[in-house]
Amino acid sequence: MAGLGRVCLLLALAVCLYGIGASLYGVRTGRVEFSASGRRAVYALAGVLTVAFAVLEIAFLRNDFAFNTVADTSSRTTPALYRAAAVWSSQEGSLLLWAWLLSLWASLALFLVRRRLREVASYATAVLLGLAGFFVALMIFYASPFETTSPTPVEGAGLDPLLRFPTMVIHPPMLYSGYTLCTIPLAFGVGALLARKVDADWIKTIRRFAFAAWLFLGVGILLGARWSYAELGWGGYWGWDAVENASLMPWLTGTAFLHSLMIQEKRGMLKVWNISLVLATGTLAVMGTFLVRSGVLNSIHAFGGATLGVPFVVLIAVLVAGSVYLVVSRREMLRSQHRLDSLLSREAIFIANNVVLVGLCFVIFWGTYFPLISEALSGHEASVGPPWFDRYTVPLALVLVLLSGIGPVIAWRRATLANARRNFSLPLGFALATLVALLAAGVAQKPFAIAMFCCAAFVLGSVGQEFFRGARARGAMTGEAGPLALLSLVRRNRRRYGGYIVHLGIAVLFVGVAASSSFQHASELGLSPGQSTRVGAYTVRYVRPTATITPKYDRAHTGSTLSLGAVLDVSKRGHHVATLQPSEGFYASGGGQGSVGSLIGGQPVSHVSMDGGVTRDVWSAIAPNIEAPALKRIVEAGNRTLSPEEAIVAIGVLARTYLKHPPQAQFHLIVSPLVMWIWIGGLIVFGGGLIAIWPAPSAVRRRVAVRARSRAARGLARA
Amino acid sequence: MNPARKRTARLVVALSAAVVLASALIYTSFSAASPALSPSQLVRQVQPGRSYQLTGTVVPNSVHREGPTLDFSVEDRAGGTAIPVAYTGTVPDPFREGREVIVTVERHGGRYVGERNSLITKCPSKFKTAPPSEKQNY
Amino acid sequence: MHARAPRAASLARDGLSVLIAILTLALVAVVVLVVSAPLRSAMRRAPGSSAASRGTRAVARAELEAALEATELEAAREAKYREIRDAELDFRTGKLSREDYDAIDGELRAEAIEILNRLEQGER
Repeated sequence: MAGLGRVCLLLALAVCLYGIGASLYGVRTGRVEFSASGRRAVYALAGVLTVAFAVLEIAFLRNDFAFNTVADTSSRTTPALYRAAAVWSSQEGSLLLWAWLLSLWASLALFLVRRRLREVASYATAVLLGLAGFFVALMIFYASPFETTSPTPVEGAGLDPLLRFPTMVIHPPMLYSGYTLCTIPLAFGVGALLARKVDADWIKTIRRFAFAAWLFLGVGILLGARWSYAELGWGGYWGWDAVENASLMPWLTGTAFLHSLMIQEKRGMLKVWNISLVLATGTLAVMGTFLVRSGVLNSIHAFGGATLGVPFVVLIAVLVAGSVYLVVSRREMLRSQHRLDSLLSREAIFIANNVVLVGLCFVIFWGTYFPLISEALSGHEASVGPPWFDRYTVPLALVLVLLSGIGPVIAWRRATLANARRNFSLPLGFALATLVALLAAGVAQKPFAIAMFCCAAFVLGSVGQEFFRGARARGAMTGEAGPLALLSLVRRNRRRYGGYIVHLGIAVLFVGVAASSSFQHASELGLSPGQSTRVGAYTVRYVRPTATITPKYDRAHTGSTLSLGAVLDVSKRGHHVATLQPSEGFYASGGGQGSVGSLIGGQPVSHVSMDGGVTRDVWSAIAPNIEAPALKRIVEAGNRTLSPEEAIVAIGVLARTYLKHPPQAQFHLIVSPLVMWIWIGGLIVFGGGLIAIWPAPSAVRRRVAVRARSRAARGLARA
Repeated sequence: MNPARKRTARLVVALSAAVVLASALIYTSFSAASPALSPSQLVRQVQPGRSYQLTGTVVPNSVHREGPTLDFSVEDRAGGTAIPVAYTGTVPDPFREGREVIVTVERHGGRYVGERNSLITKCPSKFKTAPPSEKQNY
Repeated sequence: MHARAPRAASLARDGLSVLIAILTLALVAVVVLVVSAPLRSAMRRAPGSSAASRGTRAVARAELEAALEATELEAAREAKYREIRDAELDFRTGKLSREDYDAIDGELRAEAIEILNRLEQGER
């Protein structure tokens, strides 16, 4: 079956090359049938890559260890769900996933515009096929998922237990969808520049794609943060790791683009800026993919050989050079039609928002690539840590949240100062009230957190005021009652009110971030059963140890041979709050540590236990001392006297010994306030985004159009 | 001032502010950065009080835990100079002997102290601790 | 016993290879059919490149461009209507003064009328 996969890759490359040629020929000669054929090449590519992906998936599910990548990352004992996800745990598999997702999204996008934007779409087709062809070529020449070994191994190495979490199933596909979706606006931007057509239809189309990219990428990033917090053993959700940063950068420029696009739509301004943002977002997405693939920067995610680095650098250089050339050579066509009327206008606020977002992106870019930059400039590799990132991103984030509260309250074009003063009094009141309340509660020593809370209160005030006034205005116009007026207001002005909800969600998210970073209580210490410790306002007592051996038929599907843990009792002021059961699973290694040692000598994986709540999370992780002398003696004795088949008996002895005489274990305990609001805020953001982009039903649109036409005519008659 | 001049003035002010901020950022990054060194390089260049990113592999049989402190030695990837590190803080799951690690250290007195929670272990590219134990002809 | 088992295995392997070869050919055939469909239908409609068929092609292309311009204008029109509604909402929620609103509203309406006129011209 690997042969079929290899053929699919070759066929895919051929289809890409044909499609590029057909699209370019079609657009240059005006022969529509060739452009159509080029578009169909994208559909064909999607079909061929689907077959290839299916071949690989089936190989994983069937445990076909002839495939090298299956043997390296899966095993018979890996649960079925994780076998399916193991496809993208390896370098080759994730390249295939990227190319496949790109072909799917590109097919959808080109299908949706098949009757419009002819020239732009043809160029875009060529660009997308070029990118897809690059990834397919990488697979054919550098890292093929369809390489086989003969004779076939009987068992594989198994999926790294660190990846055996449900989030592994969804985080990479979401993130890759986000990355690949970022290339579609890039392709349409390049197409618009080549076809010299940047107009209303292009804006409407590219906004949809940019929004889809923003949504998927954002969800992918948030899922990564959630995975890190809830399933890894360090208790944080963001570490300014190179790969985390790489995914955040295109999201920031994408957010900037969604805002400044509105200005281009209304006033014909910022065309050069917008097209640069689009090109930058796509390039940053490719760079993000490169970071994870090439291992050029130290990161907990980085994997993959150095062999992929050179082709990626070439691709990025082509993207950057090509973008610069296109923008500079088309600058006549990108001239602004209008200028900024007033600094007190929504346009000005949007421009400020763009500046802050791009500034954030620059800071993160500089910090992330600093090891390479410093090596190039000074010959020594050096890196900056989280404190440096925090120092610059925190103030920028404050300004961003503040702007998101100011924007909704200011009118387009020019706002009157008197009006502005009146409109700001309520939000400012909220912010001041919050400030007073916080100072009274005695939290003066965390100025940035306080500032963020006040900014969030400001946003809450301004968004709330907008909804209230809008509903009231609509009620006055149509006589609808309060709640109904609110509903129809949002339905008929989705972009505006959906956007306000997004801003609210961002404010909530940052409240969660500020509270959980500034007011966290963490404790790392050793405890024996019966001992307790205080973390913040909570008392945590180590009640008793736990030890489980994976039964023959592993219902928990973790695959660990031995799992040692503890039962913790969490109480506050004498009242029981929660019971936590953190544990650490010890997995089998391939061999080489003795018959017993190999059963538990593999990758240990921490299973955190936490009690999530609206006001705080209580988080716990345990590192049991498997090297304690008593346990070590058992392992060594077992290694000496037991064969591999009998070794499991020693594991039972280990477990019983641990329960009877538990050595002191290391615990990591954290009480974080308001963490849950980060995830809630994220949900609000994406819900608001969906509302904003949801197309109005065509009946509503027609009614609106007819009414607007008659009113426009009346206006002309008046003049 | 006519509108065109006002706009140019605004642009100049904005760009200057951006340049100043960017320069501040770039300048502080160089002074705040910790150089990445292997053990053999660190031994030659170390200055007390400065922090460094020590990169290397964990020496087998060098890992001991004494209460909250984890002691281990880091050697060059190719073998050679080994530096003992006393580390407190979170230990990532993939950490074990023979794995590549990065830890921020400072020299205090005669010892190398690892900065709290700064230990990173490189995720192995392929989870393969040893070749499969059995091979059969198909 | 030993002699039969490898032969059965190798027969199975050959069978699998044949199956893969057939699947491959089928895949290639489908791809070629899908991708060449527009080219084949274009050739059917206008065989050869006589002056007459070139003229038909030119006419078709002009129609296509007119249709494209219509979609562009429709998109511009929708955007302008949205702006008019946005300005009204801004006024009613107290962000614009009466004078500012009247001025902006008049401008936007005039721009909308211009787009509508161009659309009607295209239709004619």
